[in-house]
Amino acid sequence: MASIGETIRTSQIWKSIFRHPMPLDRRNRIVVMLTNFFLHLHPVSIKKQGIALSFTWCMGGVTFFLFLVETVTGVLLMFYYRPTLEWAYNDILALRDVTSLGILRELHRWAAHAMVITTWLHMYRVFLTGSYKPPREFNWVIGVILLLLTLLLSFTGYLLPWDQLAIWAITVGSNMARATPILGYEGPGQQLLTIGGIDMITDASDARFGLLGARFVGEETLNRFYVLHCIAIPLAAALLLAIHFWRVRKDGGISGPL
Amino acid sequence: MHSNGLFLQDVSGFLGVYYTSIALMNGVAAVLLWRNSQQKGGFLWSVIWAITACVMLVLASFALSGVAEMVPALPAVVRDIVNKLSGPVIYTVGTMVMLTVLFVFREFFVKPMVAWTGLNISLIVMGLSMADENFASIVMKADNVPIVGLVFMLAFFTWLATSQAVVNDRRIAQGLPPTEKLHDEKVLVWPDLVYTELICMIAVSAFLLLWAIYLRAPLEEPASSVKTPNPSKAPWYFLGLQEMLVYFDPWYAGVVLPSLVIFGLMAIPYLDFNKKGNGYYSISERKFSYIVFQFGFLELWITLIILGTFLRGPNWNFFGPFEYWSPYKVAVLNNVDLPQMFWVGLLDQPLPKSPAGSSGLMQAGYILLRESPGLILLGSYLVLLPPLLAVTVFRSFYSKMGLIRYLVMSNLMLLMLSLPLKMILRWTVNLKYLVSIPEFGLNF
Ligand code: HEM
Repeated sequence: MASIGETIRTSQIWKSIFRHPMPLDRRNRIVVMLTNFFLHLHPVSIKKQGIALSFTWCMGGVTFFLFLVETVTGVLLMFYYRPTLEWAYNDILALRDVTSLGILRELHRWAAHAMVITTWLHMYRVFLTGSYKPPREFNWVIGVILLLLTLLLSFTGYLLPWDQLAIWAITVGSNMARATPILGYEGPGQQLLTIGGIDMITDASDARFGLLGARFVGEETLNRFYVLHCIAIPLAAALLLAIHFWRVRKDGGISGPL
Repeated sequence: MHSNGLFLQDVSGFLGVYYTSIALMNGVAAVLLWRNSQQKGGFLWSVIWAITACVMLVLASFALSGVAEMVPALPAVVRDIVNKLSGPVIYTVGTMVMLTVLFVFREFFVKPMVAWTGLNISLIVMGLSMADENFASIVMKADNVPIVGLVFMLAFFTWLATSQAVVNDRRIAQGLPPTEKLHDEKVLVWPDLVYTELICMIAVSAFLLLWAIYLRAPLEEPASSVKTPNPSKAPWYFLGLQEMLVYFDPWYAGVVLPSLVIFGLMAIPYLDFNKKGNGYYSISERKFSYIVFQFGFLELWITLIILGTFLRGPNWNFFGPFEYWSPYKVAVLNNVDLPQMFWVGLLDQPLPKSPAGSSGLMQAGYILLRESPGLILLGSYLVLLPPLLAVTVFRSFYSKMGLIRYLVMSNLMLLMLSLPLKMILRWTVNLKYLVSIPEFGLNF
């Protein structure tokens, strides 16, 4: 057996994929961190305190893992789901009753809830260890935007099953936009935007309309939320995550007492 | 409507597993303590958890018997009393008092045996409550299950953080560095971190798979824009905001406050000028920022979400934890605006009203006059209070922060406090709006 493993690990194919030998000794454990694409996110060595579970709770890592789970299960769900009034609900129904591997939707939904929770817990830990203090101020700001994106991802996804739960939760949530000061048609000061006696802010031009693409939660909204949920917000989040991780390194690694 | 036999038979299997898990948990604790029973009190506690485990096994067998009368439950009297007593005021004040007590006596509550006792008590109360149909139907609603998880996770991690902070604070008081400092030797990321991450990933995957297998994602009837469900609720993470709608109009509760939350969070690193407490758990070195954050996060965000999810039913009425969500429950609302209280109630004269046919400017003047009590109050709150605080309680803050940073901080804090203040005004004097200018869509 050992020799088969040995043969594989010394073959040309293996060596062309992995740019480093097995990380069995100290030298190669360092080399692996520097030459592997995925691992080079990490430093080579790290303070023991910075990887203690009791310190970081691994919450940022778990949140990122959940983001990856959402990406994979989300792509699989997109194979089955069509964002139209005719099909949306039926496709979800079929996912439950017909499709094999029938827990795809469950995985996606529960991981989404979990991601909201772990993001909060991660923020909680960063606050409680005072890790937002210099030089990490800006990474905290990026974190807050990531938190907002996480909530928006969850919110836009909530509509897609197109059942009662979905449209009414989104209706209640987006009704707020109607009351946006100045820009919502029921908001305070919307009278201010009147040009030549013509009211610029109506229920067909206000902030809520911009969000929903219609006067109420309808097919336009479904399309809009689908695009936001599957493309726009994930891309924005991926970019910010990259910056977030890069900054963790550049700001001197996981925080610790000086 | 109280628990009926059929429902109890349904949950008995779940409760059996539930109590068995608590028994196992305590059994493990007992064994671990037994092993190091030379530790002070180790033996005694080991016996206590062993007994708890046995009691839990008995409860489990009662539950598993499937006989409705045998399933352990809170007595109906107790449930009625809890329902009668509970309301938004008791709930909010109660959680506030509880968090304060936990904070003040944290040295006591973080002791492992005390925390373990607390965990046991909350798990048992939870189990007994689950035998109530009304309670179970809300807690077990698929989308609400994560919130139960959130509560237990928050409790656990708050305990974990606080117990490290307590140790560190003690060390700092003795002039020693925080414990994190003791472990600042470097280790290689492969294998130490990479393997931890791998194990975390496997654990999370296993947990997710089990969750997905045992709990179906909710799917209700197809969407219908004419059938409005009652209550209509936003997704759970926004229910704190929805709860704020009880006290404020949507423009403030739904737009301004959330924006301020986001802005305020982003501002934290630039407002907190305290250089201590960077990179380790500590409370005593940063008491002010700690208390402000915890008040905002635990009290104004998390407890409001719990309230909005579990205790708000049809028509957004408040329901006790064991109360049936009747859509016919009526709550008497006799809230009054401040101008009404001031002009009519206090001065015994009608509200100022512009004479018919007066110019726009004149009308605006009358509106300002009518609303002057609220405007003056609000104005002094936001404009006069910050400088006043700057020369009194926040004197040292002001001198360290400079004008702009100080003003941003004080106004953010005052706006955050506007929520609890409005709650108190509502509960005590039934205040609806401080300022109400419907002509302009502006109510506050
Ligand atoms: C999508 C959400 C997020 C992901 C995937 C993520 C991921 C991570 C990871 C993997 C780390 C490394 C340390 C650790 O695991 O604790 C980290 C650190 C950090 N995160 Fe996040 N994060 C997210 C959101 C946030 C939020 C909401 C905040 C704060 C508001 C934040 C602020 C920070 C800061 C300041 C650090 C540096 C901490 C230190 O050096 O101790 N992040 N993040």
